[in-house]
Amino acid sequence: MKEEKLSSKTRLLPIFVLILLVALWWMLSLLGIYPESAFPSPQAVVRGFGEEFKAGRLFDDLIASLYRVLTGFALAVALGVPLGLMLGHRARARAALLPTVNFFRNLSPLAWIPFAILWFGIGDKPAIFLIFMASFFPLVLATIAAVASIPAVFFRVAQNYGYRGAELLTKVTLPAIVPQVITALRITAGLAWVVVVAAEMIAGQDGLGFAIWDSRNGLRVDLLVVNMIVIGFIGVVIDRLLLQLTKIPSVRWGYER
Amino acid sequence: MKDKPLIVEAISRSFGEVEVLRDFSLDINGGEFVAIVGPSGCGKTTLLNLLAGFDKPSAGRVVSRGRVRMVYQQDGLFPWRTVAENIQMGLRHFKDEAARERELKEMLALIGLEGFEDSYPHQLSGGMRQRVELARALAGDTETLLLDEPFSSLDYLKRLRLRRELVRLLTERPRTVVLVTHDIEEAAQLADRVVVLSERPARIRCELQLELERPRDPTHPEVVEAMHRILTVLGLEQDSSFDENLTLQSSAL
Repeated sequence: MKEEKLSSKTRLLPIFVLILLVALWWMLSLLGIYPESAFPSPQAVVRGFGEEFKAGRLFDDLIASLYRVLTGFALAVALGVPLGLMLGHRARARAALLPTVNFFRNLSPLAWIPFAILWFGIGDKPAIFLIFMASFFPLVLATIAAVASIPAVFFRVAQNYGYRGAELLTKVTLPAIVPQVITALRITAGLAWVVVVAAEMIAGQDGLGFAIWDSRNGLRVDLLVVNMIVIGFIGVVIDRLLLQLTKIPSVRWGYER
Repeated sequence: MKDKPLIVEAISRSFGEVEVLRDFSLDINGGEFVAIVGPSGCGKTTLLNLLAGFDKPSAGRVVSRGRVRMVYQQDGLFPWRTVAENIQMGLRHFKDEAARERELKEMLALIGLEGFEDSYPHQLSGGMRQRVELARALAGDTETLLLDEPFSSLDYLKRLRLRRELVRLLTERPRTVVLVTHDIEEAAQLADRVVVLSERPARIRCELQLELERPRDPTHPEVVEAMHRILTVLGLEQDSSFDENLTLQSSAL
């Protein structure tokens, strides 16, 4: 995963593709295959952005969604990584729990939506619950896998140099799995961001997901696209932020072999 | 008589049906450089793990005195720690901060890696990494170094250079060394005593004493002669005629 130096021309390519996409969108809307009420034009969406900014609703929705994702995700990390560490080290506990963890890992978090509403009502709580269910199990599994892949020689060296107990955990096991855990964080954060939209569409009164549903109900497809653009953009920003973690000098080794 | 830092008393070790060591004994003298060679899979690494205390013998015992440290073929350094932090692992038992700093500086100078203290292992060449491993193992008051094919991941010329480096480091910091290797030239060039093992279960086929002063050239007649003897014992030499003018002491067991 070494980063290659790209020429400035190559760096402009993504912008070029973006312009091309918008142009294509524009042409399709000009052709009028679908009515404006089902296929908004780029101009309408730009106007929609202006309208949303003036109303301030976009920003409020964004904050609501980010708060839910952050809380649910933080809970999943705080519980999932330690549990993964524990299971990674204890064969019996792993044998006992792994099938269950795998079961929930493969159960779509969206299947929990009805129960989320029955148990937590409407608002932040059901969304946080769903985000937790979406990211907790993959994090546990990724941490177990990371522990399993620590070379045995590290533990021998640790024994040789007198690392035991808690110190072994914090000075050897943890730093050895950090690169893989960061990769898992990136994947599960993406998952959480996808899930929050679905959660808010059904169990929300605000948030970007709710805004999508609300725009559709108000027959404002231009605002619908505004929210879609924001959701996609923020998702990329979250991943870019987490990507910065891989630049920490003491974890670089995990990405450069 | 010096008291011995490592004594192996009639140890046996089996893994399931496979008997790797049976009634194996070996004494290592203080300050001695012993090389253990033998066919692959004969139990060299098992023996080393027993010497290091990572593994327990099924019978018999290993008595060691002082700090015993192992150097690995490759990737024994913690990749999340810098060169300085890795070497400091070897100084963990030093209570005095200043002494630790001083020793670290000294080790860095000794291996010629001043200026690389903040580099991470993955930023170094294979040879540099092995030098850091050696420094980490030598740091502090280590009594015995166990070397598990420490240079076998390097190319031939680098290997030759690292052998010289090891000899120089040991002149500065004398230690008892047990080197396990399949590189017969390495054994003959470095060791005071070469122990040739048989196939499983490993027995000592032959021990060679080399009195020649270090550093030795790999092409020095005595080194070449020792290689010849080892290869003959292992049944890998066809012409045993120039066995006649041997000046080496050896004791075939």
